[in-house]
Amino acid sequence: MSRSLLNLVFALVLCASISFFGENFIASNFAYYYDILISIGVNIILATSLNLVNGYTGQFSLGHAGFMAVGAYASASWSNHLDPIIFGIVNGSGNPVATNAAMFVSMLFAGAMAAIAGFAVGVPSLRLKGDYLAIVTLGFGEIIRVAILNLDFLGASRGLSVPGTYTNLFWTYGSVVLCIYVVLSLVHSTYGRGFLTVRDDEVAAEAMGINTTKYKVAAFVVAAFFAGVAGALYAHFKAFLTPEGFNFFRSVDVVVIVILGGMGSTIGVVFAAVLLTILPEALRGLAHTEFVPAAYQVLLENRLILYSLLLIILMLTRPQGLFGDGTAFKKWLGRSRAD
Amino acid sequence: MAKPIWMRVCLGVLILLSLAPHDAHAEIKIGAVTCLTGALSTFGVSSIEGAKMAVEEINAGGATLGQSIQLIVEDNGSKAGETATIVRKFISQDKVAAILGDLTSSATMEGAPLAQAAKIPLLTPSATNVAITRIGDYIFRSCFVDPFTGKIMAKFALDHLKAHQAIVMTDVKQDYSVGLTEAIVHYFDQNGARVSNTFSYSSGDTDFRTQLTGVRTAHPDIVFLPGYYTEAALILLQARQLGIKCPFVGGEGWDSPTLVQVAGKAADGNYYTDHFSATDPDPRVQKFVQIYRAKYSTIPDALAALWYDGARLLALAVQRAGSTDGSKIRDALAATRDFDGVTGRISIDENRNAAKPGVILKIENGQPEMVQRVIP
Amino acid sequence: MDKLIEVLQQLVNGVSLGSIYALIALGYTMVYGVLRFINFAHGDIYMLGAYSGFLLAPLFAHTFKFGEFDTFTPENTLFILSGAGLIMVLSMMICATIGVLIERIAYRPLRERPRLNVLITAIGVSLFLQNMTQYRLGADPKAFPQLIPVYVIEGLGNLTILTSQLAIIVATIILLIILRFVVMKTKIGLAMRALSFNPTACSIMGVNNDVVISFTFALGSALAAAAGILVSMDSPSINPLMGNLPGIKAFVAAVLGGIGNISGAALGGLIIGILETFVVAIGFPQWRDGIAFAVLIVILLFKPTGILGRVEREKV
Repeated sequence: MSRSLLNLVFALVLCASISFFGENFIASNFAYYYDILISIGVNIILATSLNLVNGYTGQFSLGHAGFMAVGAYASASWSNHLDPIIFGIVNGSGNPVATNAAMFVSMLFAGAMAAIAGFAVGVPSLRLKGDYLAIVTLGFGEIIRVAILNLDFLGASRGLSVPGTYTNLFWTYGSVVLCIYVVLSLVHSTYGRGFLTVRDDEVAAEAMGINTTKYKVAAFVVAAFFAGVAGALYAHFKAFLTPEGFNFFRSVDVVVIVILGGMGSTIGVVFAAVLLTILPEALRGLAHTEFVPAAYQVLLENRLILYSLLLIILMLTRPQGLFGDGTAFKKWLGRSRAD
Repeated sequence: MAKPIWMRVCLGVLILLSLAPHDAHAEIKIGAVTCLTGALSTFGVSSIEGAKMAVEEINAGGATLGQSIQLIVEDNGSKAGETATIVRKFISQDKVAAILGDLTSSATMEGAPLAQAAKIPLLTPSATNVAITRIGDYIFRSCFVDPFTGKIMAKFALDHLKAHQAIVMTDVKQDYSVGLTEAIVHYFDQNGARVSNTFSYSSGDTDFRTQLTGVRTAHPDIVFLPGYYTEAALILLQARQLGIKCPFVGGEGWDSPTLVQVAGKAADGNYYTDHFSATDPDPRVQKFVQIYRAKYSTIPDALAALWYDGARLLALAVQRAGSTDGSKIRDALAATRDFDGVTGRISIDENRNAAKPGVILKIENGQPEMVQRVIP
Repeated sequence: MDKLIEVLQQLVNGVSLGSIYALIALGYTMVYGVLRFINFAHGDIYMLGAYSGFLLAPLFAHTFKFGEFDTFTPENTLFILSGAGLIMVLSMMICATIGVLIERIAYRPLRERPRLNVLITAIGVSLFLQNMTQYRLGADPKAFPQLIPVYVIEGLGNLTILTSQLAIIVATIILLIILRFVVMKTKIGLAMRALSFNPTACSIMGVNNDVVISFTFALGSALAAAAGILVSMDSPSINPLMGNLPGIKAFVAAVLGGIGNISGAALGGLIIGILETFVVAIGFPQWRDGIAFAVLIVILLFKPTGILGRVEREKV
């Protein structure tokens, strides 16, 4: 067993044991923080998977929410129609073995459907470059949303209730660990060097005999798969889906995380996901304290103005992302080890 | 030595997080969640103004259980998924006694199951989807449901406007509009009249001439327009420009001064159903309008009135329960009979929905005038 | 015959909608031409154009008697049009200034950075403009004052054409002619074309690239403001989020026509407008927002440079 695989197994076991011992305690006593924890996990998966496309492969996708929607609706439909038949789960409740098995299967199904969608979009559109690709993926995301609005069996504008909140810390952070593992080992493998060459110089890569389209499609499909998994986690946590929840701005949120984290730096992106999920909630908390003078309270009530200003200022002052390409982290880690 | 920027950022976030509210005032807390920013904030802002006014009045009128009521307002930013987070915050952080909200049906559908699971009563003053109160016995509503509004619209059109051939224009992006459409078509079919066609549009559209050209060729007696005023105003305007003369009938979604401002003369001669009319001569309503106007310098719309009533109804139930215990508040809410609100007398029925009268308004010379009160 | 009239009717509706997209698309295409980046805040300039008209009109309402005329007559036509024209020109100037400021503050410092960074800044600017407008002026829709009387033009049989639709089409044609003149016949236009061809060579030849870029932003923003005013004359309800969808659709129009190409943007706008109208007319109004993207994807697959775009060979 290689060292990285060992790390993966260790991390998964850790997630499982935390979930096994701490799940109920956190969920019942700190429901709010629990909610934020799950949201962080979902955002990490979305952002690290998008980073494979936008950061490592140098493409630009603005339609990640579309794949998330495919996954969310796929897993919700699966649970609605097939869980009662396969696992004997009625109205979202059953024994833990059955619900966890159901969650696993519906996550796989969600990922697979999203990956198929990713393949269908990727193969034709990845001949395009940069901005064109951005706009095609944006368009694809919008089409997905309009399609859901028109499909009555998915609830259309009424929204879709999801039976069973099976999402827990294990499934969420297990997926996080797996996602990070897959992305990192793809990028750092000999095979994965291909992604970086596509980013750094596509023409040169082609001249060296690298099939750039194959790499782009691979990145796209893997990213879509994990977006679908994130969708399934979201669906089985919030238990209610509306097409509006997967609009263009959801995609923008994920892109912002990737850019702030520093494109092509997994650890930076993970950190940015944590930060950007907590930040709005922290601002929410701040709005209720007397710590902030009344004159500035209005800024907190208009969190979106603050958010947009932060975005502009950060881009102007730290265009390489908050955490750059991750060298600062490595230095810091190295130094603390040396201490 | 200068710390790397991300360390400073982490520190900042930690400080912010530690500031999360831990106030120890002996107050009964009610959590209110609505859309104060984002696409739906145009509806959400007046709702919370109504709710705040109700709580202030109740606190001024004497303390409940010796403690005043504190309304904790949270904004869902018109974003999916946020309401669930906020309801969890209400339950685990703020330890609220009850929850007021959300504004829309889809947001309420996210939060209600959590409140039900935690056995914290949740009352929505404005979410009209039938499915909401079916979630469980802690979920209440103080407005009517879509089928009721649809039914009174259709009944009024049949009985008073003598309309037998109708067209419905539905906003497919809004569950509210889709729900009303189903109810209208159902009532017309049951009562021997005919909905000859339905045209659809989506929120955010501004050009409806293509659909209206179709309406014009069909020569209906009446057009049902169960959408929000944002689009309804433009539809009325463009319909009159194209020479469509028949009356349009809408629901409470039309309630806003903007409708008449945008549609101008084209708004005249059309009808809509509502929870409340600011022109209602009832002294209670007039007093409410007067105070609201003095406070916020606008005339209250239906959402302000609904949330005012909802907040009062909930606060009074807490008062009657004599406890912050969820099950006692639930029982008090369920026992609400003939609550005297500005939107009419409200009784909570066995399905935890409100049985209350509605009003039908006609727009004339740019003013909505009450033509009829409908008692269920 | 009836069928023909109906097709003609939808064509008129489509052209008037498409004219708006075309005006917005021009801004995208010109900025892309000189800077190679998508100015995501452009749709919000269109919104600000409508809002400037909304704020300016009351100041001139007395002088130009806005809303007091029911029809055009030979005596009042010039008077009404000069009033509406004044509001439009003033709004265009305001938005041109805003456009230049945005470029100066938010985009110029990032010019040497990867384009993605500027794209993110543009998204930030877009969110900022929307939320600031929401905060300062309210999120609720506002009624746009009546600048010209809107009614059906008589004497066309079954064909219904409104004065506002005619105004949109005529104003768009005039603006396109002016733009063509500016780009083709003036020195600054020549500089714009040179810049889009090769920025480095352009600056070696003694062109001040910064001035040209600022001018491009001013021109594009002015056209978007004009579109905002024109659309508000026709559907007099404005709100802070009104620029979102038209902005994205106009971008699609620009790509469809061949981004960087001015005639292409106009053509793309018209095509998207007409297509949308026909999708609604044949009974699929809910697909209205999807069709633009579906067409875009199909076009890009077969001719990625757009209808009129020139093939750019990648240099190694």
